[in-house]
Formats: sequence, structure tokens, C-alpha cells
Amino acid sequence: MERRAALFEYLLRLGDSCLVLGHRVSEWCGHAPELEEDIALANVALDLTGQADMLLGYAARIEGKGRDADALAFLRDAWDFRNLLLCERANGDFAHTIVRQFLFDAWQAELYAALARSTDAGLAGIAAKGVKEAQYHLRHSGEWVVRLGDGTDESHARAQAALDEFWPFTGEMFETDAVATELIAAGIAPDMTPVEAAWMRTVDDVLAQATLARPKSGWMQTGGSKGRHGEELGHLLATMQFLPRAYPGAKW
Amino acid sequence: MYTQGLDQRGDNAAAPARADDPAALAAFQARIDREEKIEPNDWMPQGYRRTLVRQISQHAHSEIVGMLPEGNWITRAPSLRRKMILLAKVQDEGGHGLYLYSAAETLGVSRAELVGQLLAGKAKYSSIFNYPTLTWADIGAIGWLVDGAAIMNQVPLCRCSYGPYARAMIRICREESFHQRQGYELMLKLARGTPDQKRMAQNALDRWWWPSLMMFGPSDRDSVHSSQNAAWKIKRVSNDELRQKFVDVTVPQGHFLGLTFPDPDLKLDEGTGHWNHGPIDWAEFNRVVAGDGQCNRDRLAARRKAHAEGAWVREAAAAFAAKRAHARAAKAAE
Repeated sequence: MERRAALFEYLLRLGDSCLVLGHRVSEWCGHAPELEEDIALANVALDLTGQADMLLGYAARIEGKGRDADALAFLRDAWDFRNLLLCERANGDFAHTIVRQFLFDAWQAELYAALARSTDAGLAGIAAKGVKEAQYHLRHSGEWVVRLGDGTDESHARAQAALDEFWPFTGEMFETDAVATELIAAGIAPDMTPVEAAWMRTVDDVLAQATLARPKSGWMQTGGSKGRHGEELGHLLATMQFLPRAYPGAKW
Repeated sequence: MYTQGLDQRGDNAAAPARADDPAALAAFQARIDREEKIEPNDWMPQGYRRTLVRQISQHAHSEIVGMLPEGNWITRAPSLRRKMILLAKVQDEGGHGLYLYSAAETLGVSRAELVGQLLAGKAKYSSIFNYPTLTWADIGAIGWLVDGAAIMNQVPLCRCSYGPYARAMIRICREESFHQRQGYELMLKLARGTPDQKRMAQNALDRWWWPSLMMFGPSDRDSVHSSQNAAWKIKRVSNDELRQKFVDVTVPQGHFLGLTFPDPDLKLDEGTGHWNHGPIDWAEFNRVVAGDGQCNRDRLAARRKAHAEGAWVREAAAAFAAKRAHARAAKAAE
């Protein structure tokens, strides 16, 4: 695969994951269990949207067809999205939201730390900024996983159920296809084997403190990076893209 | 944001309690007159404490309920930049709620108790949030008008005699004025946009103008009175003065947008330099304050739902904290 096209694809994967997960987290705003969590979750959503803006903006420049970050965010349909399937899953209860976030944050913190050393200066710069946010998010979600896991019987059961539900969505985080292979060879993207090992150490450490059991890794969901999404993404996009679609050409 | 003149309506909490010693009252008033700040551990009259608890908690509730109409548009913001601005704004409002609940707590009432009053429907919040956000332009109109009105109300509160409230307001006002400029910039973009966008902006102004004027509370002629609050330097400028100031600042801004105000009587008085507005529909104001507005029930239901669905989370956090505290104590005892 041509390197520029591969980088565009790769940036879409990173940017779309931030955009879609940021959207999901933002749905909590005003409805969280505590005021402190309204603020914290809004902050996470804000950081992820900011990362999406940078990643998609860079993707648009790499593509060089006159699109910008907003055009990529608001004027593509579901099959052109490249986010992890985990990110589009519905919020569910607070345990689902926190466990989904934790699995993602632990991955993103490791990935950004590696990408900060990318040979591509544009990507390295975005990752270097993002890694601080990701570590902060990980501290927040990790502490909540421990609190819920080691809180009450009910919170433990809810956290374990969320973990069991989302575990099959974690395999996709570490897939290496032709796009990734091309970029790994150029030193633009990292080899995912050590990233996965570090992610697993973080997960195991937090789950042990939380008294939660790591689910067995069997069949894993896949398809986000190829645009094969679940049914929920279309509804998310229908909401997110409503205004630019309803008023074509308007500037906001 | 969003205090309104509710503090003057229909009760006499500000009346000095009989139990307060006249000498102590006189000394307290002398401190106020010297513009000294009253701090949490200082002696204060019961009425002063009650008035402040009510006003600060209403203000805090307004911030929290105010997150709902604006939060309604976060997932539909039309660009990434607008989404970030709106997220940051709603997050700021949550932060204002936190400072204000903390300021109220310095007066000896817990946040849980105050939130309980809100959920029970016993506490008031700014009734502007009982109107729905129908279109994207409403986000601009809220920033421009509602935050603009809030700033008018709140700037004098930065000089309020109660120290923790005054200090919270300084920070809050700085953020509100940022929100107000962002709201106006949003309106400007719409007003300079496509015909549909301009129509959307006009429609939002039509719906939000009068409720914004009502935010300042009843006319000075009709308000129960605020002489005690004025003497205590809790409320330093009257409702009508603040409202007039808001109208004078806002009308030229609206004209610059090329929009028209839904008030055929709105007219510049060349002599005074003030914009005179037509009569406010106080029946509507009183009805919405009393609970019969378009969204009153929905707003309370949303807060109750979040609280009820979050109960197991708060219980888990408390249970976890107790376990850890117990473990630390056991370790210390070894």
C-alpha cells in the first residue's frame, strides 16, 4: 500500500475512535451519578474531541483533496468510519461507560507513548500532546474500575458484566494489517506486540485491585478498521451530523 | 450564572430573628458598613445566614439545571470547534455549581441537603431553564442573552458582603463573560450566514428575549422589598436598574446582528439614553416560577433520574472508601 494512503487510513482509525468515543462520553453530560463525574466526563469528552480534531485535520491534509476535519467528521457515512467497534458501543450504565473507557484509555496511553516517537513529525506531535491526556483519563477510569469492582456486591457485578461484554472488543486494538505493516516498516506506527503486552499489564494490575476476573480471550470482534460497524454507529452519526446534513454548505 | 430576583419574593427570611442580640446586630451592621467581608466563622444574624444559603443554593441549582438545556445540543453541535466550546461551557457550569455548593456549605448546610431540596421540588432555580432549546441558535441565544443577563446580575455580587460568595463570583463572572462573547459570536455567524441560519437566529431571539428580561426578577414596584438585603450588602443593585442596564447594552448588539427584538414598544429615549421596553408578561413569569413552564417537569425528572440511577455508584464509592479506611486503620494498629 502506498505510504501516504496508509497514513491517511491510520489517522482516520485514530481520529474516528476519539471522535466516536468522545461523542458517547459527552452523552453523560448533566446525567452523571455525581456532579464531579459530570465535570470529569465532560473533560474526557472534550479532550477526545480535541484529539479527533487534530488527527482528522492532519488526515485531511495528508489526503490533500480539500477536505478538513469537519468534512471528515460530519460528511462521511458509517461505512467510511474507521473507529474501533468498542468506541461506538452504547453507554449502558456507569459501569459499562467506565470499563469501556478504561480498556480504551489503557490502550491509548500506551499507543500514544509509542507514537510520540514516530518518524512522522506530525503524528508524533499529536501523540506527545495526547499522551498526557490519555494518562490522566486512565487514572480516572482505572480508579473507578477499582472502586466499582471492590465497592458493593452490586457494583462488582455490574463492573464484571461490563468487562465480560466488552472483552471481545479488545482484540481489534492490536490488529496489524497491511496499513499498519506499511507504517511499522517506515517507523511511523509502532509494533503492536509490546503495546499489547504493556496494555495487558495495566489491565491485570487494575483488575487485581478491583477484584475483577479477566475474561478468557476467545473469539474477538473485528471490522471497525474496514468500516464494518455495528448498528449503533449509524444512529450516533445521524445525531452528530444532523446540522451539517440539514443545512448543506452552511458555515457554523 | 443565573441568579434571579427570587430572593425577594414572598418570604421574610431576611427579617432579623428576634433571638439576635441588638448589640451584636449593630456591631455586625457596622462591619458591613465599613465594607468588611464577613467570613464563615464570624458571627452573623440568622436572617443573613438564611438569605445567603437560599440565594447561593438557588444559584448553584441554576448552574446544575442549566447544564440540561445546553447539554441537549452537545451531541449535535455542527462543527468540532463548536462541540468543544459547548462542552467546555457546560463543564464550566458544573464547576460553578461545585464552587457555589461549597460556598453554601461554609454556612453550615450540606450539599446533599441542598440537592435533596432541589430533587424534592422545594428549591428554586432560575426559571429561564424551564424553556426548551429547540434549535442550534438557542445555544447562541443562551450565551448572548442568558449569560449576558447573568453577568449583569452577578457582577455586583462580586462585592457581596459574604466573603466566600463574593470570591466565588469573581471567578464565575470571568468565565461567564467568556461564555457571553462565545454566544454572541455564534449568533453573529448565524446572522451572517445563509437565509435559513439567519431565520434560525431571529427565531431564537424571539423566544429568548422576554424570558431573559424576566431573569432580573419582578419590578422594583412589585417586589416584596429588599431593603434588608441592601443594608446587608447582599443585593446591591435593584432588579429594574439591572434589567435596564442589560437592555441598554443588548439592544445595540442585536441591531448589529441585523435582528429585530420581539417588542413593538422598544424605543430609544433620546433624553435619558435608555432603551425603553414594553410591558413584561409577569403572569407568564409567575406561572413558570410556580412550576408550569414547558420544561419544569422534564428538568426535575432528568435530575431525579440521574440521582436515582447514580445511587449504586455513590454507594459503591462510599463502601470502597470505608474499606480502604478500615484497612489503613488496621495497618496502623499493627
